[in-house]
Amino acid sequence: MKTFETIQTELRAGTTTCERLTGEYLGTIEAGSGLNAFLSVFSEKAVAQARLVDRKLADGTAGKLAGMVVSIKDVICVKDERVTCGSKILEQFISPYNATVVDRLVAEDAIIVGKNNMDEFAMGSSTENSAYGRVKLVQDETRVPGGSSGGSAVAVRAGMATVSLGSDTGGSIRQPASFTGVVGLKPTYGRVSRFGLVAFASSFDSIGSLALTTRDCAQVLNVIAGHDERDSTSAKIPVPDFTSALDKNVIGLRVGIPKEYFGEGLDPDVRTAVEKSIDTLKKNGATVEEVSLPHTEYTIATYYILATAEASSNLARYDGARYGYRAKKARDLAGMYTASRSEGFGSEVKRRIMLGTYVLSAGYYDAYYRKGQKVRRLIQQDFLKAFDSVDCLITPTAPTTAFKAGEKVDDPLTMYLSDIYTTSANLAGIPGISVPFGKDHQGLPIGVQILGRQFDEATILKVADFLESAS
Amino acid sequence: MSVTIQDVEHIAELARLEFTEEEKGKLTAQLNSILAYMEQLNKLDTSAIEPLSHVIELSNVFREDVMKPGLATEDALKNAPAKTEQFFKVPKVIGDR
Repeated sequence: MKTFETIQTELRAGTTTCERLTGEYLGTIEAGSGLNAFLSVFSEKAVAQARLVDRKLADGTAGKLAGMVVSIKDVICVKDERVTCGSKILEQFISPYNATVVDRLVAEDAIIVGKNNMDEFAMGSSTENSAYGRVKLVQDETRVPGGSSGGSAVAVRAGMATVSLGSDTGGSIRQPASFTGVVGLKPTYGRVSRFGLVAFASSFDSIGSLALTTRDCAQVLNVIAGHDERDSTSAKIPVPDFTSALDKNVIGLRVGIPKEYFGEGLDPDVRTAVEKSIDTLKKNGATVEEVSLPHTEYTIATYYILATAEASSNLARYDGARYGYRAKKARDLAGMYTASRSEGFGSEVKRRIMLGTYVLSAGYYDAYYRKGQKVRRLIQQDFLKAFDSVDCLITPTAPTTAFKAGEKVDDPLTMYLSDIYTTSANLAGIPGISVPFGKDHQGLPIGVQILGRQFDEATILKVADFLESAS
Repeated sequence: MSVTIQDVEHIAELARLEFTEEEKGKLTAQLNSILAYMEQLNKLDTSAIEPLSHVIELSNVFREDVMKPGLATEDALKNAPAKTEQFFKVPKVIGDR
């Protein structure tokens, strides 16, 4: 397994080439196909791109990501390739364009190697909800890799890609990063263009990266961040060089510990690891203080009201008329819509559409949806207040380590509670990163989450990089 | 508030979904348990709070009103389950009633 830094060193020293590297990654993907982390592999195109990048390296015209082999969660469009979203309803869909993030990666000479398996439409916390079968945890195949970007996390952990792009609507990058033992960054809402990301909940969705190191996540963010006229919600805020923040210096950094994130339901091994990470920061010159985010207990309820409402609206487009699966049996238009959707969507997606439709329906809109929007403001205000006195917050990423496959599939509410520490960042629109820090008594990875102010990814990357080198 | 099978049937119709009787029963129970969990928001007095619909509060974002090439008809039709030369083809809009 190689970090991008190692790859760059080897390319400079001439001990490898992009073509050889790409061949190695493709070999690992093939050998690990039982993990089910990939839905499509671009063998020929990747090798052709690698040869092109080798020529550019020889000419001295190569971009910043030359030699980085990237896989993409199958919810982000790559031109002329399938984008299934882990759903039967998009099984045959070929994207007519590239997502902005893909354009930007390729412009800097990254090599796109394939698309990763995921929970259907990014709805899930275990990557068991894919129409193409579940993804298995590398360390123990009877367990789940987290979700919904489970395929991305496993691809990076197993050496099938240097970096993977995922999406995070309520924790879908950070929680699988935690379960698999990789770094997962969810940038600030609006930092990265969503053009070409298939929509789940538009006011929550963020594209980010999973990698072996924080530095690799920072390098990718340098390239994918910034305003895009094709996404009007992408922010017109300057993009710094995020790698310059990685100075291994936390002296004077003010770290907040939200007490509500250490309550009931937190696994004791996870608690111990997170406390150890806090001690490490303290010993190295950071100041640590307890803070309160009083509305924490309402985050899961608020998130699932608002995110399902947005999803029910976004997923109305899958009607079998213009693209996607069309049921054969329908005699009229309305019947075609209903049959196509009912046959094409899986059960978790249908459950969320139902819930979202319910909370938006006449008579319930004020009680649920509008109430949820109000509580969302209270949750955001909690963070604003906390960030008056501290520079970042340290929390567990998930309440437990990777759980067994099948353990929570029949109990949606229990599954939703595995997002308890991650949804708040999406509700507040702030950035968050999960970094591996220690293991539990079974040897399974534990992730520490660092949350920061809006558009201050630099601080959370700095802290993650520090903890990574101390763990 | 408690969801009944009839409510599930009504919501399914709005969402253009259909379920078997068994699925309806299961869904009714699951929605009730999830909605009961959501009821906890009622503990909060939010009468003086403005709803938050967007986390980075942008005002309208405009661009210059100039023509640009879009997706070509041919490309837009590539993924169509049924099509004619220039149009998406769908079953009859009005049923057999």
